[in-house]
Amino acid sequence: MISKQEVEHIAKLARLELSENEIKKMQKDLSKILDYFDLLKKAPKIAKEKIIQADNKHLRKDEAKHSQLSDKIIGLAPDKKDGLIKVKTIL
Amino acid sequence: MELTAFTIKQAHQGLKNKEFSSVELTRAYLDQIKKTDKDLNAFLSVFEDSAISEAELADERIKSGEFAELTGIPCAVKDAILVKDKKCTAGSKILENYIAPYDATVIKKLKEQGGVILGKTNLDEFAMGGSGENSAFGATKNPYDKTRVAGGSSSGSAVVVASNEACYALGSDTGGSIRLPSSFCGDVGLKPTYGSVSRYGLIAFGSSLDQIGPIAKTVEDAKIIFNAISEKDEKDATSADYKFEDSATNLKGLKIGVPKEYFVKGIDKEVEKIIRNAIKKAEEQGAKIVEISLPSVEFALACYYIIATSEASANLSRFDGIKYGLSVDGKDLLDVYLKSKSKGFGDEVKRRIMIGTYALSSGYYDAYYKKALEVRQFIKQDFSKAFEKVDLIFSPVSPTPAFKLGDKTEDPLSMYLMDIYTVSLNLAGLPGLSLPAGKIGNLPVGLQIIGNHFEENKILGVAEQLEKML
Repeated sequence: MISKQEVEHIAKLARLELSENEIKKMQKDLSKILDYFDLLKKAPKIAKEKIIQADNKHLRKDEAKHSQLSDKIIGLAPDKKDGLIKVKTIL
Repeated sequence: MELTAFTIKQAHQGLKNKEFSSVELTRAYLDQIKKTDKDLNAFLSVFEDSAISEAELADERIKSGEFAELTGIPCAVKDAILVKDKKCTAGSKILENYIAPYDATVIKKLKEQGGVILGKTNLDEFAMGGSGENSAFGATKNPYDKTRVAGGSSSGSAVVVASNEACYALGSDTGGSIRLPSSFCGDVGLKPTYGSVSRYGLIAFGSSLDQIGPIAKTVEDAKIIFNAISEKDEKDATSADYKFEDSATNLKGLKIGVPKEYFVKGIDKEVEKIIRNAIKKAEEQGAKIVEISLPSVEFALACYYIIATSEASANLSRFDGIKYGLSVDGKDLLDVYLKSKSKGFGDEVKRRIMIGTYALSSGYYDAYYKKALEVRQFIKQDFSKAFEKVDLIFSPVSPTPAFKLGDKTEDPLSMYLMDIYTVSLNLAGLPGLSLPAGKIGNLPVGLQIIGNHFEENKILGVAEQLEKML
């Protein structure tokens, strides 16, 4: 069974706040699912070079274009000021 | 015949022959929705006013004589696909009040054809689930038995087509989310080749797996929709230079592969009988049935759930309470993230973010994510070897018919196992279709027809021929 500390560590990485009950349930569910994943240990090995890398040849040029969407998209932010998204202080 | 029972083809003919108008057709669907959707919970929002305006515009076009097959035909859209100025919730509390700022490419295409959008359909939250029960807005019920699930994640899209609440619908498929509910609801559902339909404007779950596709009453209708929405799109870097072209495919002389690994354990005996019968029918029409072996399928589900959750954990990090959607106030920035995500996401979404984060985390990356990428390559090779020998592959869509609501909600792994036949296609980028092949009692069962990349024409041709015999 995966430990409470491990669940808390992963939750922290994922920026999730879990209740005590959620942590308990997560320990149980994650353990079962991760055990199932162990199946892959039996899978045959594949030569490194065969693992497909991202295919970048179809990317269009990275050019700035007017989408006319910026006001709308900024408008969706819960907190904004003067056309900018506002966030809490970090420090 | 009721207007709402028409296929796209029939409704198109009716509009052409001036037997009814698009406004009349649209009103008939809106009435039907009012009558039956309270019980089914398939729609999350219905656009009465804009649907009627779209129908009026379509009627103008029809009068002019210049119109397409989807002009004036009312449809429904999975609520993970953006329709400009309408709410798009993805079945989640975190996007409960999110208004789409633009149209997805598929919606733009439907609108250009003069399509009528009736509303947005229910789904498992962020398309994560096989039953529809993970929606934050309640499960969609199966119209064949309301105590059972509709299948997921495109649960609403499958149900509106089966219950005549829309003529057709769009869904999305990351690991079976079009095919599984289509199988459970007796619809024709096509998961196209990865890259054949633009994903621009589809809320991302697993970007290397997601694909938008049609859910329809008939194979012919699925073909009409696929033809309308497939094309290269510069806004989706993974979209392929492809446009569907119909071609005549005949079962006679065709080689159909049946993977022996798919009929071993866990499959319901009655489902197996129905699939075997469909295979027999194809053979009677002159198809050559070839037993094939896909040794990699044993690993497909584990591989899929590592890759899908890893991609999801990255994709869903954008829902942080800052840019859009639900925001919960906190003492500092981190506190806003933590509180917004924890309040906005449901249990299954949290679980998948946790699994994905775990698989990508330092110390586990090699054993899980990297290993899964390797296995994915193995699965692709297996299928490409198979397609050197056969034209199409037949398999079940799911090991059982629709199960009871609540049956699997307490055991996530048992829910995941329902995807055992569908996930390999997404990993390999292959197209697959669910064709109604029979019923167990009152419950529909789908046959999965799998094709090689960009060979939707073969799948659709064979499905059209078999449809008349099953």
